[in-house]
Amino acid sequence: MAETNGHSRTNGQHYVGTRTVRPDGMDKVTGRARFGADFNLPGQLIGRVLRSPHPHARIIAIDTSKALALPGVKAIITRDDFADQPSEFIPAGEMMMNYKDVVRNVMAREKALYEGHPVAAVAATSTAIARKALKLIDVTYEVLPHVIDVVLAMRPGAPLLHDDLFTAGVEPRPDKPSNIAKRVEIKLGDVEAGFKKADVVIEREFKTAPVHQGYIEPHAALATVSEDGATELWTTTQGHFIVRAHCARLLGLDMGKVRVTATEIGGGFGGKTVVYLEPLAIALSRKAKRPVKMVMSREEVFKASGPTSGATVRVKMGATKDGKFVAGFAELKYQAGAFQGSPVQPGVMCAYAPYDIENVHVIGYDVVSNRPKVAAYRAPGAPISEYAVESVVDEIAKKLGLDPIELRMMNAAREGTKAAYGPKFGPIGLEETLNAIKKTEHWNTPLRKWQGRGVASGFWFNIGGETTVSLTVNEDGTISLMAGTPDIGGLRASLTSVVADELGVPYDKVRPIIGDTGSLGFNFLTGGSRSAFSGSMAIVEAAKQIKADLCARACKLWEAKPDQVEFKDGAVRPLGALGEKVKPMTVADFAKTAGKTGGPIGGVGRINAQGAGPSFGTHLVDLEVDPETGRATILRYTVAQDAGRALHPAYVEGQYQGGAVQGIGWALNEEYVYGDDGKLQNAGFLDYRMPVASDVPMIDAILVEVANPKHPYGVRGVGETPIVPPLGAIANAMENATGIRFTELPMSPPKVLKALKDKGLNKA
Amino acid sequence: MAKHHIEATVNGDPVEFLCETEDTLLDVLRDTLDLTGSKEGCSSGDCGACSVMLDGRLVCSCLVLGCEVSGRKIETIEGMAKGEALHPLQRRFLEAAALQCGICTPGFLVASKALLEQNPNPSEHEVRFWLAGNLCRCTGYDKIVTAVMDTAAAMRKG
Amino acid sequence: MRYEAPESLEGAVALLAEAKGEARVLAGGTDLLVQMRADVVDPELIVDIKKIPETRTVTEEQGGWRIGAAVTGAELKEHARLKRVWPGVVEAANLIGSTQVQGRATLGGNLCNGSPAADSVPALIAAGAVATLAGPKGRRDLPVEDVMLGPRKLALTKGEIVVSFLLPPRPARSSDAYLRFIPRTEMDIAVVGAGVSLTLDAGGTITAARVSLGAVAARVLLVSEAAQAIIGSRLDRAAQDRLEAAARAACRPIDDKRGTIEFRTDVAAVLARRTALIALDRARAN
Repeated sequence: MAETNGHSRTNGQHYVGTRTVRPDGMDKVTGRARFGADFNLPGQLIGRVLRSPHPHARIIAIDTSKALALPGVKAIITRDDFADQPSEFIPAGEMMMNYKDVVRNVMAREKALYEGHPVAAVAATSTAIARKALKLIDVTYEVLPHVIDVVLAMRPGAPLLHDDLFTAGVEPRPDKPSNIAKRVEIKLGDVEAGFKKADVVIEREFKTAPVHQGYIEPHAALATVSEDGATELWTTTQGHFIVRAHCARLLGLDMGKVRVTATEIGGGFGGKTVVYLEPLAIALSRKAKRPVKMVMSREEVFKASGPTSGATVRVKMGATKDGKFVAGFAELKYQAGAFQGSPVQPGVMCAYAPYDIENVHVIGYDVVSNRPKVAAYRAPGAPISEYAVESVVDEIAKKLGLDPIELRMMNAAREGTKAAYGPKFGPIGLEETLNAIKKTEHWNTPLRKWQGRGVASGFWFNIGGETTVSLTVNEDGTISLMAGTPDIGGLRASLTSVVADELGVPYDKVRPIIGDTGSLGFNFLTGGSRSAFSGSMAIVEAAKQIKADLCARACKLWEAKPDQVEFKDGAVRPLGALGEKVKPMTVADFAKTAGKTGGPIGGVGRINAQGAGPSFGTHLVDLEVDPETGRATILRYTVAQDAGRALHPAYVEGQYQGGAVQGIGWALNEEYVYGDDGKLQNAGFLDYRMPVASDVPMIDAILVEVANPKHPYGVRGVGETPIVPPLGAIANAMENATGIRFTELPMSPPKVLKALKDKGLNKA
Repeated sequence: MAKHHIEATVNGDPVEFLCETEDTLLDVLRDTLDLTGSKEGCSSGDCGACSVMLDGRLVCSCLVLGCEVSGRKIETIEGMAKGEALHPLQRRFLEAAALQCGICTPGFLVASKALLEQNPNPSEHEVRFWLAGNLCRCTGYDKIVTAVMDTAAAMRKG
Repeated sequence: MRYEAPESLEGAVALLAEAKGEARVLAGGTDLLVQMRADVVDPELIVDIKKIPETRTVTEEQGGWRIGAAVTGAELKEHARLKRVWPGVVEAANLIGSTQVQGRATLGGNLCNGSPAADSVPALIAAGAVATLAGPKGRRDLPVEDVMLGPRKLALTKGEIVVSFLLPPRPARSSDAYLRFIPRTEMDIAVVGAGVSLTLDAGGTITAARVSLGAVAARVLLVSEAAQAIIGSRLDRAAQDRLEAAARAACRPIDDKRGTIEFRTDVAAVLARRTALIALDRARAN
C-alpha cells in the first residue's frame, strides 16, 4: 500500500515497482466511474442502426420516407450522408486501414458485405421509436452469393466482394480482381537448403476460427454538433485522437473543431481502435441539431464489430537430431472480413520470432470474405501463427526425445539474434522466462492419466509512438498529470507512480486524468502495449523540463550558478559550500511562490517514443481430459513473461492472467459459428463461450525483468504477449493428455471426443 | 398505453418512477433514476454486469421488469459503501488490483457481497461457481477470487 | 404492452383466456425478457403470476411434495428437507443459468419455455412429477413428460397455466440425480441432460427407476427402456452397458451450434450411466 505524507518526500524512488492503489479506483468500485453509455446530455436523441440481414447484397435503393414520417424521428442518415473517400492507407494501431474501406464499413455504399453491415441510422426521441423507425425503412437488396471460408474465398470463381481489389505484393499484378487483397513475405537464408540439412522435418496444417475480443462494454458514443460545426463527442475508445481524425476526415470537419473525450472504457483489447458509431452519431446530430446517443446491443457487437481473423496456417520445420532448428517455413491465410486488413503481416513477422533460425521463409495472404471486418485483437496475428509453430516445435521435441523447454532453450532468440522479420534483438528475456518455468513447482509436479502438460513461448514486438503528456504543478504543490492514452487496465496507477518518483512527491498528491483532444497534444492510441512504455517516457521528459525550470529559479533566488544546484529526491539542492548558505527547496516550496519566480510551473512531454523492447513469455499449462465426453479442464497455469521493469507489479500480473484466460477461451471454446446462409448463429454471451470464473484455476504470474536499455526505467510493454503462448501451450497439453495432435481450434468437446473415438480411446 | 407508476426502495431511499411495460429494472435504474453504476453488457442475463439485490436476492436487473418491483427493496452498487466507509470488498478489490477496466466490477461486488452474506467461509470452488454468472474479460478472475476470499477471511476475524 | 399481476388463479386464467393478442405468463422472466429483447416475441399482455400464493409455496402433501410453479431455484436450494428428499430436482433447478438467474428462474417457467434442453425438466420427469394445470374449464393434472410436446409447443390450451408440481412420496432407499453436459462449467444450455430417479430394496437391487433425457430429441424424453435396463439389477457393469445402449437408442438429436448428433448420442449414454450411479450412491445412503 502506498504511504501518504503531508509533505514532499525527500528520499529516493519509492512508488515505481510497488502495488499502489490506482487513483481512478474509488470511482470504479462505487459505480461512479462513467463509461461510454453512462453519459447523457439534455435533449438527447437515441440513435440506432439498420443493418443488412444479408451477408452479401447489392443495395439498390433505400426508402426512408415512411420512417421519417414517424413522430419522434428527427433524422435519418444513409450512404448519401457520407462523401466517398479515395483510397488511402493509414496506420491504425498495429494494422493499416484504408479510408475508402472505413467509410464503407461505417455505412454501406454499393453493397452490404456482411450480415450486420450498417445500411442506415435513425435518431429519435426514444429507443422504442428509433427501433420502430428502423422497421419502416425500406431497403431493396439484390442478394448475391456469399463466401465466408478463407480457402473458398481464395479460389478463382469465388463470389467477389470488391471488383477493384487486385492482389498487392504479387508480381506481375493480377489482371483480374479477387478476394486476395495482399501477399506478404519474409525471407532469411534458404529454407530449401535448410530442410536438406534436417534430420527431422515436420509439416502440418492448422485451422483457427474467428474469435471476438469479448469486451463486456458494448460500443457507445454521444455526439453533439453545434450550428457552426463545433462537435463534441464522448466515446468509449482506445484512441480518441484517432477517432477525431477519422470523424473529421469522413465528415469533412476541421480537427480543431472536433473535441473528443475518451470515457472510461470497459475493455478494448484492440477492438476499440476503430470507429463504428462515432461518425454515425455525429452525422445524425448534425442533421437533427440535437445530441445523439448511440449504444450497440451485444448482438450488434458480435455481428458488426471486428473479431480477429480465422485462418489456415501451414507450417514446415526442420531440425537436426540434436534439436537445432535449421529451417522454418510457414504459409498463413488470414481472413480480413469484408474489407482488407487482416493482421497477417504481424502474424508473418511473429511466427518464428522466438527462435534463432538461419533459414526462414514465411508467406501470408490477406483474404476478404463476407464477415464483419476484423479489428485488432491483442497481439493481432501472432497467437494464430505462433500456435502453429509452437505445436510443431512440440512435435519435434517429442520426435527427438528432447525436453520441450530444453529444445526451446537451445534455439532461443537472444541478444544479437537477427529476427527473421528484420531487426537484431537487443537484450531480451526469452531464456529467462524458460528458466523461470523450469524452476517452478508446477513444472515438477507429476501428472496422472488423462492429464497433460504443455509449454509454449511467444512474443510481441511492442511499439512506442507519438505521445504527449502534460505535467502541472499546482499552487499547493499537488501535481496534475494529463495523459492522452485511454486507460484500459490500470495505466493511471503506473503513470502516477512515475510522476511521484520523478518529482519526489507523495503518490496521493498526484492526480492523473486522461485529457480530451482539445486539451492535449496528439497521442497515438492505446495499443501495441505502448501506453505505460510511452507515457512514462513522456513523463520523464516533462519532469525534466520542470526540474530544469526549478533549478533555474533556484539559481536566481540563491544567486548561484547552474553547477551549484541539482534536483534530487524531490527538491532542488545546493551543492558544496552553497549548502551552508541556503536550504533545499521542494517542489511544493516552489509552487507556493511560483508567480514570483517566473510564473506557472509545468512541463509537456512531446515524444515519438522509440526503443520499444519486445516482450517474450512462456506459458505452462496442465489440463485433464474427460475421455468419455471430450471436455478439457484446465488444472493449473503458470505464466512467465519479461516486463523489462514492472512499474506496477499487480497490473502487470493482471495482464498476464487476463491474456492467458483469453487464450484458454480461444483454445477450447470460443469461435464464430456460421450457418451455410452466412449468418452468425452465436451472437451472444450464451453461445459465444468465453471463460467464466469456474472454468479456470488461479493463474500464477512470474514477473521476469530484463531491463529495456532504451527506456529510462527499463520498461517493456506487456499487454499483448500474454495471449500469444496459450493456444500452443494448451494444444501441446492436449497432445500430452490424449496422444492426439489437434490442429484445429477451438478444441471443443465434440471435436475432442470424435478424435478420441476414432482412436478407440474414449474410455475412462 | 399509460405508463406504470411504481414506488419502491432503492438503496434505502424511497423512489417513484414511471415506466413502460417492457422497460427492465436496469433501464429504469440507468435511464430514469440516474443510477448508472449497474452496467448493460448483454441484456440477456449472461454477463452479470447488471447485478443488483432484489428483496435480498441476487438477480440480473436486465431480467426484471420495472413494473415488477412495486413495493420492493432494491440494492445497487451505489448503496454498497456507507457514506465514506467502503465495504470491505470494495476496499480489498482496490488494494488487490482486482479490477482492470472496471466495467464488471459493480456486478462482481454486488454478487460477492451476496455470497459472503450467505456463506461467510466459501472455498475457492464455491466462490468461482457462485460468480460464474459474472463475466470478466480483463483479469482472468484470479485477483477477483483472491480478493473475495481474503475479504471473507478478514470479515470472519471481525 | 399490458402488464397485469393478478392475486388469484381465477384472475390469471380469465386474463389469459380472454386475451385477444399474444399473451405470456411471467414468473421469473429469465426466458421471456430475453425473448422480448431479441424481438422473438412481442406480447400484448403479460400476466405476472408471482402474486398468486399457490404458485409460490412448497408444502408437503400426502407424503409427497407440492412445489409452486413460480418458486425459484434459489428458494428450492434453501429448502433443506426438499433437498434431502429430491436432491436431483433441486440441483437441476440450480444449474439453470447463473446464481443471478437461479434467483428468479422457476420450474414452471423452465418447463413452459418449451425447450427440450431445459435443465429441470429431465429431473422432474425422472421424479414422476405431475403438473397441476388451471384453466377456464377447471383444473387437471398432467405428468410432466406430457406437458412439452415439442420445441415451444405445450399441451396447454388457451388460458391454462401450470400452477404447481406434485412430487410423489418417496419410499426408503430412494434418491435422484441430474447431470448435464456443457462445454464450460457453468452458464451454457445443456447439450445433453440426464435425470435418474431410483429405489432400492434392502439388498441394494433396483426395484424402481425412471430415466429421462433432455436435449436429445424434440421433447424431453422419458426413456422406459433405459429404466427397464437397470430395474432388477445392482447397476453392475452389464446393467450399465444396457442402460447406455437404451439411452443411445432413444436419442433423436439434431446438429446445432451446441452439439452434433453423434456427440449428443455418445454423451447421452455416458451421462445416463453417470447419473444413475450418483442416484444409486445417494439411494444407498438413504
